[in-house]
Amino acid sequence: MPKISINGKEIEFEKGMTVLQACELADVEIPRFCYHEKLSIAGNCRMCLVEMEKSAKPIASCAMPATEGMKIKTNTAFVEKARKGVMEFLLANHPLDCPVCDQGGECDLQDQSLYYGVDKSRFVENKRDVKEKYMGPLIKTQMTRCIHCTRCVRFATEVAGVPEIGAIGRGENMEITTYLEKSMKSELSANVIDLCPVGALTSKPYAFEARPWELNKTETIDVMDAVGSNVRVDTYNWEVKRVLPRLNNDINEEWISDKTRYSCDGLLKQRLDIPYIKINNKLQKSNWDEAIDLIVKKIKNLESNQIAGHVGDMTNIENALGFKKLFEIFNSKNLEFREKKFYINPDEKINYIFNTSIKGIEESDLVLLVGSNPRHEATMLNARLRKTYLQKKIKIYSFGDPGDLTYPYEIIGKKTDDIKKFINMESEFSKKFLSTKKPMIIIGESALELKSGKYIFEELKNFLRINNFVNNGWNALNILVQNASTVGLTDLKIFPNQKADFSFFDKLNKKEFKFLYLLGSDNLEIKKNGEFIVYQGSHGDKGAELADIILPSAAYTEQNGLYENLEGRIQECKKASYPIGEAKEDWKIFNMIIKKYGENEKVLKFESLRKESLDNVANFSEINELPKFNLTDTNKITTEFFSEDVQIKELNYYFSNSISRASKTMSECNHIRQKIKKTGTNN
Amino acid sequence: MEKNMLKKDNRIFKNLYNELGWKIDDALGRDDWKSTKDIISKGREWIINEVKTSELRGRGGAGFSTGLKWSFAPKEVGSRPHYLVINADESEPGTCKDRDILRFEPQKLLEGCLIAGYTVNAHVCYIYIRGEYLNEGKRLQEAINQAYEKKFLGKNACGSGWDFDIHIHYGAGAYICGEETALLESIEGNKGQPRLKPPFPALVGLYGCPTIVNNVETIAVVPTILRRGGKWFASIGKPKNTGTKIFCISGNVNSPCNVEEEMGIPLKDLIEKHAGGVVGGWENLQAVIPGGSSMPLLSKKICDTITMDFDTLIENKSGLGTAGIVVINKQQDIVACMARIARFYKHESCGQCTPCREGAGWMWRILDRVAQRKATFKDIDLLSDVTKQIEGHTICAFGEGSAWPVQGLLRHFRKEIESRCREEPLIKKRVNNPYLVDQHLLENKNA
Repeated sequence: MPKISINGKEIEFEKGMTVLQACELADVEIPRFCYHEKLSIAGNCRMCLVEMEKSAKPIASCAMPATEGMKIKTNTAFVEKARKGVMEFLLANHPLDCPVCDQGGECDLQDQSLYYGVDKSRFVENKRDVKEKYMGPLIKTQMTRCIHCTRCVRFATEVAGVPEIGAIGRGENMEITTYLEKSMKSELSANVIDLCPVGALTSKPYAFEARPWELNKTETIDVMDAVGSNVRVDTYNWEVKRVLPRLNNDINEEWISDKTRYSCDGLLKQRLDIPYIKINNKLQKSNWDEAIDLIVKKIKNLESNQIAGHVGDMTNIENALGFKKLFEIFNSKNLEFREKKFYINPDEKINYIFNTSIKGIEESDLVLLVGSNPRHEATMLNARLRKTYLQKKIKIYSFGDPGDLTYPYEIIGKKTDDIKKFINMESEFSKKFLSTKKPMIIIGESALELKSGKYIFEELKNFLRINNFVNNGWNALNILVQNASTVGLTDLKIFPNQKADFSFFDKLNKKEFKFLYLLGSDNLEIKKNGEFIVYQGSHGDKGAELADIILPSAAYTEQNGLYENLEGRIQECKKASYPIGEAKEDWKIFNMIIKKYGENEKVLKFESLRKESLDNVANFSEINELPKFNLTDTNKITTEFFSEDVQIKELNYYFSNSISRASKTMSECNHIRQKIKKTGTNN
Repeated sequence: MEKNMLKKDNRIFKNLYNELGWKIDDALGRDDWKSTKDIISKGREWIINEVKTSELRGRGGAGFSTGLKWSFAPKEVGSRPHYLVINADESEPGTCKDRDILRFEPQKLLEGCLIAGYTVNAHVCYIYIRGEYLNEGKRLQEAINQAYEKKFLGKNACGSGWDFDIHIHYGAGAYICGEETALLESIEGNKGQPRLKPPFPALVGLYGCPTIVNNVETIAVVPTILRRGGKWFASIGKPKNTGTKIFCISGNVNSPCNVEEEMGIPLKDLIEKHAGGVVGGWENLQAVIPGGSSMPLLSKKICDTITMDFDTLIENKSGLGTAGIVVINKQQDIVACMARIARFYKHESCGQCTPCREGAGWMWRILDRVAQRKATFKDIDLLSDVTKQIEGHTICAFGEGSAWPVQGLLRHFRKEIESRCREEPLIKKRVNNPYLVDQHLLENKNA
């Protein structure tokens, strides 16, 4: 490996590194504002100037490629002078309003001016004043503070794929703005807040809420979609103030979607804090004893096949297992977690996870979407697809029309017949597909929901198997599920039977159930007709509306639990706050029922629930790791083909679960999005 | 004295004053496009060597060896085409040489484009012309059309077997687009902001392809050099500062003009002989900006003896730049002049990198205060510090371009500036409070 000398210390570096990266290897800190690892290099803040031998001028280390034998110095008076000079310029027109700035305490400019700046200002002219810009309901702007690092511009253009932020004007009149001052049409827009090194772009919902040093930080994961983005939840007392991304290059890199970040204000609203019982068609406040009594009484009066349970979209594995155990006590098998009738084959783990893995997308050379809109269903995964497109210019194709995905793709068919042609090698595209080395197929829930859902899945899998695209080295078969709980619950087999057929839905429609227990389940379509419904969850949403008894439980930030993301990666969601009011963790509520039911010896313990649920996870390797496989051949399943349209069901991105529906910020975003859709060329 | 005057025969731009007509037929009479085919047939190596022998240095301001620059272009065309870009974005205040070449000697430029294009393996040439040169652009387009009619351009240009096309691209009048990488950004349709170097345009330039960017005058002298030989060009002027150069003399002179002269001509001769002398006589001279507004000015004492070439001017802490000579006599307020130049740079800074964006405006404001006699002595050192904090810390040379004129002023006219400054503000309460102590505690004596 080539060597570079930094402050007289020789270190080895990898080819292609910049001087700044090499300095980091040598544990030498270089101040910077515009440089960001995941964005292109701009080199415009000039803070990272270092001295290079044989160069009269200091060089910008972020942009200079490191070469063999370079001699860099970062601790000389020359460098210090350059840094102080640049810092003085940066502060010249920067308002010293740190006491009222939300970035205070986590501001790059504040920190670096302490180390590399001068404590007094020589700038006696009037400071520049820049008008605030409207950037939508998420981003609060205070453009006078802007230091023109253009991180936000580069993020919007490169990662988000919506070139809607730019700089207008030049010289000291340069201003960062969204074109025509509209909100950014991206699900990743709020990441510019994290990127902004100063307080120019701050969080609107979090404005003046708290100071960073007052907050308790909990490293946890997100459950708004099945990606399982790594986040940090910041709480002030029990209140969740904000959610920030955590670096995980395998999943979300450094970004999170707006829903992940901003639905947290939904955790404070519409909360269920004490049990309710419906009396005379009106929900009345009650207490735990009464509610549990009533439930047990109802159950004891019914036959076991009249009792059914549905598990919701944000339930962790332990609670789901506890729920399953509770139903074992009731002697009922009527359990389901799917909200829609989509086909799942739980025989083998590869049948219901994203086998290529999110990071693996970067290796692929062709992507085929089948009835899926990754932009709304798994935003971070879509960002990875875009990244791969930008880096390798891979071709992306789709069956069905998913709308704008932030990268170009080609629609090769809108009917299931087109898929059939592809599988039977009757289309041109089949040859193109087979000519690639690492293709991937992403099957969405919309496709599995079709009548030919079984056909699409099994035949595509078979197609990939025959052509050796499903092996231990490369697995091209991917299912894109939408809910955080789906993969884990499939592993726990929360189905009425082994085949995972739709008997639950049939019975539900035929009104065979007299008692329905909804565990945080709000998206299941039920036409209530005499069933007795128990809703156990955190929010007064669709499920609670139907319920006869409401049992308040903890939201995802308020209890520990494991979730399995769409790749089959088990991650831990940690308790950051306390359940509100009298609400309890779900498994504790089950225990209350079990005790009342008279099965005291079957009381659940959290530790054993976790252990047992991990035992139930197929191909489990380690927490935070991908599952391990040793693939073997399986029998081919006979399927039936129906000719129909591949409709991609529009997911209401900002309103997909009970927390986001309770969030004021999400509803503002939704409102803006609706407006954007109406204006423009649509009359 | 006579020795320094350029012989009429050695002049390259014979039609600098449009006495002979600009059209292609007139140009052919002046030996343009003569034996171009033969020159090209001698091959790339020969052309580059001949240009190197001539010691031709870029006429756009930096004075980089042209032959060397051409040799940086990859020898073989890889997967990406090569481009030749001509920088006709002549925006430097005090400079108007390219304008007259575009108007009166366009065929020299076009012939040079073909030869340079062939040398660097480019089939396409873009001439980036500043937006204000609308009429010059039209004239150039006519000239290009005439050259196409004569089959000097296009397929098998001039019978040389080399296909060559020239396109004109208008800028929008931004000074910074004269910087070569900002110019490339502008051609690509982006905001004109300089790129980071390395990579240099010779390897990664226009649309990511190898690109050679040259000034109009540089390219326009190449055909004559090749026809008459590099040695001929090298024999004019001084060693390493060879050949002829168009000087643009403006300001307080009796007859401002463009004139082609030998490199290394004494500045005094240039002003006295060609521009009719300084208004009010040589003794009335206050200062001269020798190379366009971005070069530090020279005091009269230096002007008495200095010769106009790259190296001598650098020795005197200035530069030849574009050879736009601005003469300032004693009737002018030198600080106000420099404040105006500083304002120009504040206005034209692209705003990309910090020192230039924030520093250019700061310099102007201080200078403006000095001009209005509102500054204090402290401001002088501050001004000097600001220029040094800009210089060398920016992405492109604009930082130097904005800092140098101010540095020149400070170097030669410090007394003048001091005479306009006063002490610290007249009424000032001097409070020597320890740093970071609450004021209300100090006021409360019991605390």
